[in-house]
Amino acid sequence: MNVPENLKYTEDHEWIKIDGDTAIIGVTEYASQQLGDVVFVEIETEGETLAKGETFGTIEAVKTVSDLFMPVGGEVLEINPKLEETPEIVNQDPYGDGWMVKIKISDASELEALLSPEVYKETIG
Amino acid sequence: MKKTAFTDYHIDLGAKMAEFCGFNMPIEYSGIKDEHITVREKLGVFDVSHMGEFWVKGSKAFDLVQKVTSNNVADLHDGKVQYSCFPNGKGGIVDDLLVYKVNDETYLLVVNAANIDKDWAWCEKQAKEMGLEIGKEIYNSSNEICQLAVQGPLALKAMQKLTTANVVDMEYYTFQKCDFAGIKDVIFSTTGYTGSGGCEIYVSNEDGPKLWKAVFEAGEEFGIKPIGLGARDTLRLESGFCLYGNDINDETSAIQAGLGWITKFVDGNDFVDRAIWEKQKEEGISPRLKGFIMEERGIPRQHYKVVDADGNEIGEVTSGTMSPILNKGIGMAYLNKGFWKVGTEIFIQIRNKNIKALVAKAPFHEQ
Repeated sequence: MNVPENLKYTEDHEWIKIDGDTAIIGVTEYASQQLGDVVFVEIETEGETLAKGETFGTIEAVKTVSDLFMPVGGEVLEINPKLEETPEIVNQDPYGDGWMVKIKISDASELEALLSPEVYKETIG
Repeated sequence: MKKTAFTDYHIDLGAKMAEFCGFNMPIEYSGIKDEHITVREKLGVFDVSHMGEFWVKGSKAFDLVQKVTSNNVADLHDGKVQYSCFPNGKGGIVDDLLVYKVNDETYLLVVNAANIDKDWAWCEKQAKEMGLEIGKEIYNSSNEICQLAVQGPLALKAMQKLTTANVVDMEYYTFQKCDFAGIKDVIFSTTGYTGSGGCEIYVSNEDGPKLWKAVFEAGEEFGIKPIGLGARDTLRLESGFCLYGNDINDETSAIQAGLGWITKFVDGNDFVDRAIWEKQKEEGISPRLKGFIMEERGIPRQHYKVVDADGNEIGEVTSGTMSPILNKGIGMAYLNKGFWKVGTEIFIQIRNKNIKALVAKAPFHEQ
């Protein structure tokens, strides 16, 4: 299972790539494989400021619906525009083209609770 | 967890596995979309060994099957299969099933895995009342039989390679006993749950490995693939086939579910609940099960509410998914009277938003 070294992770199987006071959020390869074919991603929180753990969107596979959670609090700056027409990129390239949102981090101290690649690898066995 | 004759093959092939009705079953292999399209365009193989099989034999066989099922068993000829249901004595449905007529004194009932125990208890009770000998004149062979469904437009052509019996010309919903892949007395049935044609093949558990190997070898040149339960559900829903537990259950009648065509109110067919259902057919009943296709982006799911343009609740979704062929949300819902006509605008409540859909007739993928 691919768990890139340069990212942080959550127990909800999301990754976060930190760049100063902004970050990009997506779902892990493990999550995309567990979901199966992703057919719909609905994110309508652009411009909203959400707390850590709040839902910023929904991801649907053929058979399942899952919420997407904020790994840390922040303002949703941008939504990946490719998700609307080609949600399958979440399966094809979960750490690249299949990213979900870009956020502005509200409180940098919340980053400390994120999981390292090593710890995340252990949680998925 | 129980194994079918094929469980180890699914694991070896890397399928995503899960428990289903007590069996360790494959949910998906290459992905639901890819598997779905394989069956629509070519052919795919489903392990459906979890299904239940009851034999009814002897001089009272016809009378029992006629009583417990809603369709008219007298319409069957030897080698014919009929879709039917067991009414539950209260106007609901115990299960839906296939009735196979071998001859005047031998019938095979094929029932859903989830309901084997319930169905058996129900049939046993009715059989006792009619004086059939349990275990002999009605017999549950669910644990002895395994079954592969080979479905898709190329299925019969591929399977023809494995037998000298003529299977490519068999009519839909018929069966024959034949030598198949070197196995004797195979039940070869042109039935299925996908709407793409093909067959279902029944053998004893011991012959399962031989059948599996032969089916995949014969299908290789046609692009055969193993298919999981995920695609089985999207395929049946796209074709508008009811799933027991979702679209029909102990509370719904066949008339409400649009299954009036398997209830035959004719002389000689005094089945359980005939009076209740006949009255519903004459007087009308609401709500009714209808299909729909999403007009706007969104995927309907079981238990989502259905509302009209003013937001009044008019029904509930019983099955929903993304159609891999249409690339749109599709589903079935029980809808109140006034919203049954094809093309009627309805709204599915998805995460507190009302998303537009149109009532439609299945099969959805041919529209």
